[in-house]
Amino acid sequence: MINKTFESLQSAVADVHDGATIMIGGFGTAGMPAELIDALIDQGARDLTIINNNAGNGETGLAALLKAKRVRKIVCSFPRQTDSYVFDALYRSGEIELELVPQGNLAERIRAAGAGIGGFFTPTGYGTKLAEGKETRLIDGRHYVFETPLHADFALIKAYRGDRWGNLVYRKTARNFGPIMASAAKVAIAQVSEIVPLGELDPEVIVTPGIFVQRVVEVPQAAHRSKSSQAA
Amino acid sequence: MKRLNRDEMAKRVAADIPEGAYVNLGIGVPTLVANHLDPSKEIFLHSENGLLGMGPAPAPGEEDDELINAGKQHVTLLTGGAFFHHADSFAMMRGGHLDYCVLGAFQVSVKGDLANWHTGAPDAIPAVGGAMDLAIGAKQVFVMMELLTKQGESKLVEECSYPVTGVQCVDRVYTDLAAFDVTPDGLSVREIYSDIGFDELQKLAGVPLIDATQNRRAA
Repeated sequence: MINKTFESLQSAVADVHDGATIMIGGFGTAGMPAELIDALIDQGARDLTIINNNAGNGETGLAALLKAKRVRKIVCSFPRQTDSYVFDALYRSGEIELELVPQGNLAERIRAAGAGIGGFFTPTGYGTKLAEGKETRLIDGRHYVFETPLHADFALIKAYRGDRWGNLVYRKTARNFGPIMASAAKVAIAQVSEIVPLGELDPEVIVTPGIFVQRVVEVPQAAHRSKSSQAA
Repeated sequence: MKRLNRDEMAKRVAADIPEGAYVNLGIGVPTLVANHLDPSKEIFLHSENGLLGMGPAPAPGEEDDELINAGKQHVTLLTGGAFFHHADSFAMMRGGHLDYCVLGAFQVSVKGDLANWHTGAPDAIPAVGGAMDLAIGAKQVFVMMELLTKQGESKLVEECSYPVTGVQCVDRVYTDLAAFDVTPDGLSVREIYSDIGFDELQKLAGVPLIDATQNRRAA
């Protein structure tokens, strides 16, 4: 019997090594796997490269990982936010490296890695500072920039419900980077609000098929404030 | 000198968006456009973080931290709306499926180059988000901005002095004083919202303008 469920957050992240590249889902805090990140902080791996859309909010989740000085480099599209002061201070003091990527290129580079694509030409960023030094090509009268795939050793993502085969459904805009990050990492670890028996997820609405997911941990969430939380 | 406030500008933009359009409103001032869309028209608002059919802010107490927009504000989903992942969301932009986007700007050049992501100041922390994807993705790229900076300099320029977001990507610019179309011949004045004439507008803009306000009245 195949069972990808892990009993604890600690066991799910136990083998993360120093120097690992880790994708972390979420757009701001929506879809950020805060409990998995806390477990990673406790686990102690350092010198990490983190791929996320942002660079942390306040002092919890990703910001807490940055504050613990475990991150060498961050790849993201939008680090500067009103409450990104932990990142801001590390960046200004030269303690963290930043690779800034336009958001659609970030998503497509992640998707490309998961889909086995060796790179792609995109019109996004052509003629801008973020494309400096990159290969360009004129295709049917339009300028494109060559971008490479983004792979990771681990992905930490948050989904709504999952089963022991690793099938996942998400909730509202917490889906964001989860499905593509799961496909782009060697080991995708999903925290879900509820693990359900095999067969309970409607196969017509499974968003991430279990082939992309290696570990599932149940982390019950406090009730969402909305009354219509049955997204799956 | 008479000028439109931001809500009045948003109203002008909203009036030019037809029923059935798929639209992305950028963070900041462009989000005001949503308040002025004709509620009798079905217009699909797209948010880069994975939703189509975005509705207004929820009633107090009904906020859901997993239902937010690109500015990370709480929103709602209209009946018939949909969620999707980030790669799909940006395929909607880059793939030419979005009809309109409305963006703020620091500068727009006479050729339609857009600068809106970075001041270029050495101590500024750069952040780009989805701006570059939107700039080159939507079929029609509208910019909403005041014509002049606080120092009185025109934001319409021959060449952007700020780092560009996209090259030759802007189609139309709505300002507090006038609206401009970017044409192969240069910037064309669609409509003047102020009590100033074309000559005065030309002086303030500081770049060559084509007077097309007559065409519009005739139309």
